[in-house]
Amino acid sequence: MTDWEAVIGIETHVELSTKSKMFCSCPADVEGVPNTKCCPVCLALPGALPVPNEKAIEGIVKIGLALDSTINASSLFYRKNYFYPDLPKNYQISQYTFPVCEHGKLEVDVNGTPKTIGITRVHMEEDTGKSTHVGDGDGRIHAADYTLLDFNRAGVPLVEVVTEPDIRSSEEARAYGAELQRIVLALGVSDAKLEAGSMRFDVNVSVRPVGREEFGTRTETKNVNSLRSMQRTIDFEIDRQIKVLEAGGTIHQETRHWNEDTGVTTSMRTKEESEDYRYFQDPDLLPLEVTDEWQDEIRETIPELPAIRRARYVAAGTDAVTAGVLVDAEGLGVLFDEAVATGASGRSVGIWLTGEVVAYSRRNEVQVSETPLTAAHLVELTAMVDDGMLSSSAAKDVLVAVLDGEGTPGEIAETKDLIQVSDTGAIEEAIESVVSENMDAVEKIRSGDMKPFGFLVGQVMRQMGGKADPKVVQQVLRDRVSR
Amino acid sequence: MADLADLTIAQAGAGLRAGDFTSVDLLDAVTQRASATEAHLHAYLTLDHEGARAAALAADAAFSKAQDKGPLQGIPIALKDNMCTMGIETTASSKILAGWIPPYDATVVARLKEAGAVITGKTNLDEFAMGSSTENSAYGTTRNPWNTDKVPGGSSGGSAAVAAAGSAFGSFGSDTGGSIRQPAALTGLVGMKPTYGIVSRYGLIAFASSLDQIGPFSRTVEDSVSLLEAVSGFDPHDATSINARVPNFGGSLNKGVAGMKIGVVTELMGEGIDSQVIAATRAMADKLQGAGAEIVEVSLPSTEFALSAYYLIAPAECSSNLARFDGVRYGHRSDIEGTTEEMMAKSRAEGFGPEVVRRILLGTYALSAGYYDAFYGQAQKVRTLVRNEFSSAYEEVDALISPTTPTTAFDIGERSADPIAMYYSDLCTIPSNLAGDPAISVPVGLDDSGMPIGFQVMAPALGEEVMYRVAAEVERLADFTERAGLATSEVVLP
Repeated sequence: MTDWEAVIGIETHVELSTKSKMFCSCPADVEGVPNTKCCPVCLALPGALPVPNEKAIEGIVKIGLALDSTINASSLFYRKNYFYPDLPKNYQISQYTFPVCEHGKLEVDVNGTPKTIGITRVHMEEDTGKSTHVGDGDGRIHAADYTLLDFNRAGVPLVEVVTEPDIRSSEEARAYGAELQRIVLALGVSDAKLEAGSMRFDVNVSVRPVGREEFGTRTETKNVNSLRSMQRTIDFEIDRQIKVLEAGGTIHQETRHWNEDTGVTTSMRTKEESEDYRYFQDPDLLPLEVTDEWQDEIRETIPELPAIRRARYVAAGTDAVTAGVLVDAEGLGVLFDEAVATGASGRSVGIWLTGEVVAYSRRNEVQVSETPLTAAHLVELTAMVDDGMLSSSAAKDVLVAVLDGEGTPGEIAETKDLIQVSDTGAIEEAIESVVSENMDAVEKIRSGDMKPFGFLVGQVMRQMGGKADPKVVQQVLRDRVSR
Repeated sequence: MADLADLTIAQAGAGLRAGDFTSVDLLDAVTQRASATEAHLHAYLTLDHEGARAAALAADAAFSKAQDKGPLQGIPIALKDNMCTMGIETTASSKILAGWIPPYDATVVARLKEAGAVITGKTNLDEFAMGSSTENSAYGTTRNPWNTDKVPGGSSGGSAAVAAAGSAFGSFGSDTGGSIRQPAALTGLVGMKPTYGIVSRYGLIAFASSLDQIGPFSRTVEDSVSLLEAVSGFDPHDATSINARVPNFGGSLNKGVAGMKIGVVTELMGEGIDSQVIAATRAMADKLQGAGAEIVEVSLPSTEFALSAYYLIAPAECSSNLARFDGVRYGHRSDIEGTTEEMMAKSRAEGFGPEVVRRILLGTYALSAGYYDAFYGQAQKVRTLVRNEFSSAYEEVDALISPTTPTTAFDIGERSADPIAMYYSDLCTIPSNLAGDPAISVPVGLDDSGMPIGFQVMAPALGEEVMYRVAAEVERLADFTERAGLATSEVVLP
């Protein structure tokens, strides 16, 4: 049996959330009544000309810098020519040689193991309009009765990030996709919504026997729109290709389509049927110049990236998994940073936020940012626990009440009478009473049988109405029985 | 008083300001001229009577309030029908755009309106500006006012014919390989192609984007300056627009050529050029020398390949530029039953004329995988070579001169069956388009058959002032006062 190795490369399309479109001043927000966000330029009326959107260029340079890329001082726009009804000019303005960014890399964490994935290029292009095929064709153009076209999306700035064929498994692919999404979100250049298509993946997969240098023939599966689907697509393709090869067949270079419902990829078109895009430099656009000064200005605006933030959280006392959740879950990082800055323990705050707070947010289907929880609440809560004023179970109840908007931790603990007694006088009184009523148990302990000790602790806690600090009770009781 | 329609823009402007006549009088004069000549010339596709009248009345009102927006205020001007005019049908002389009414004005149109010009209407052209005779229009051939058996040149033949006939005081065309200068030469007009990027292309229906430039037709060099000044300057809607101060185009009109060094392009004075045209060009070169210029021979060997390079680059760009005409959003849509793809293909097949189809196919082929390097790639190298040769020439000379066209106007039908012969009409004009430099054609005389001969002056990029300086001297030396002997008969205008 041959051992097989997968070789995977990913092309990711990211719609930028700029105010206006890539080459005209129409709003880039695609929602709303179809064909209301269009002008002569994005409808490709005769005579209309494109003018590049500076904000979109800033966006792609940010992505390129975040991916450690070289930013080309001068890059070129090309025309990619193909006929399709929702492509108004019947060519897409894109890039070919000299994209805005080249030679980048991204380090991702694959279940605890770091992996560096090369970024071949990051280039700028424009989105197409949207076709809705109506009729019996199951949404496919060929059997549709008619097609509805909406050009609101036509011309929205689109960034394509292309990796080297460095990825070896679907887990690595998923880790890459997730980290890229985090980066784009952190940069604030796109809403990166996979389900809405504002970020989508094309996956290139081939397999080869382990140890062989040259690549196998690859297939490309287009428009995969979730991380889970990407993982499933890749696993399916790897499996399919190995089966074909082991049965003595050959893999055809082709474009495939992922069907979410059936969980299989099917052939869309082979290389022979593929289009000749007749790329040539767009004569309507001059070379795009990104000066060193502009690049530096853009670099200044790049916020802390997820990997650096995670490292900072770990340094503040959290474990790696907690740090990951703090970065990914919306609204947690801000609370964490603020609470730790005012002196709370990073470890404790991290545990509360990623544990009870995340659970509350899921249970009640609310964003953390929509709850009344503040960093000050967290500081107060963790201090009360550290000071022994709240048991951890009581603290949990207090936190939920804070999230429900019932007040500050102090107020709630007071109202609900949850503050622990650490006053040894009251505890000693209770212990005296319990000891005198249970002398047989005390004797057993004194003779070396520790079994009844827990029973005595429980009796004391009962007498204290559950509000005594169990640690103090244990300590005083131990002293008392050993006398 | 002579017919108002025969005045130059400068004369008409002086009369308006002196109160001798009104803008409405000027409009009436050119409209009357059009109604007398259109049956013979077929130069206009659309006349905007209402809009023109409103603009003329507005100009007269402005004059009466002593408001003056400059030399074009109140002057009737015509536009080639490949410039978008809001609310006025714009077809590029193609069936595929029959009935299309633009929802916006080209930048040039907006600037003319701001300058107070009166836009008379839209003129005929070779479909999508592809041709050198205006015979490729889907709406009929335009004829030469000097002799209606002859072509007016092209592709801006309609704009040339109206300016030559007096159906407008001046007009605008577009020049991709000579489409202004060649018809100007064939109709005895001054026709000028500006430096690439000086005049916005926004709203000009693209033929070959890297070569297309809008420019004016006029009866005098002075009028040419006024027309160019009104429309030139940076436009944020055109990314190839030059963001620099507009030079003082007319600043040296009266300086003469004494002390200038002017080069005659050797390669454009020999094989393929009619002997009468060469003789007229030589004669003018001698006169320029007599006026104090130093005339030298300049060899630009790459011009030999310029025509071939042009006929790969322009079709390649047009194959992509014209892809948008697919029947989906506007223009002609085939009513065949079938798939969307079939509808798009059939709409194009039905909507485009044969020359447009030929160039789309040529360009598609030149850009195809496996052919790109040999054709489009090679043509771009030639273009770089031409550009470099011109810039080194301009290190030696102030301006270059040549004939504008290899021959004077040819007969209608003479070259329409032979595309290559037709393509040779642009032999002398194409190099300036490839180089992106300004060039102008000035009439210098008539040949034996009484048809005008054009003389070309070329200058380096942004060298309009130098170009106009030489052109003004050529105009004085030629003293070309002949006008087309018009065939007239009253017709009802469209």
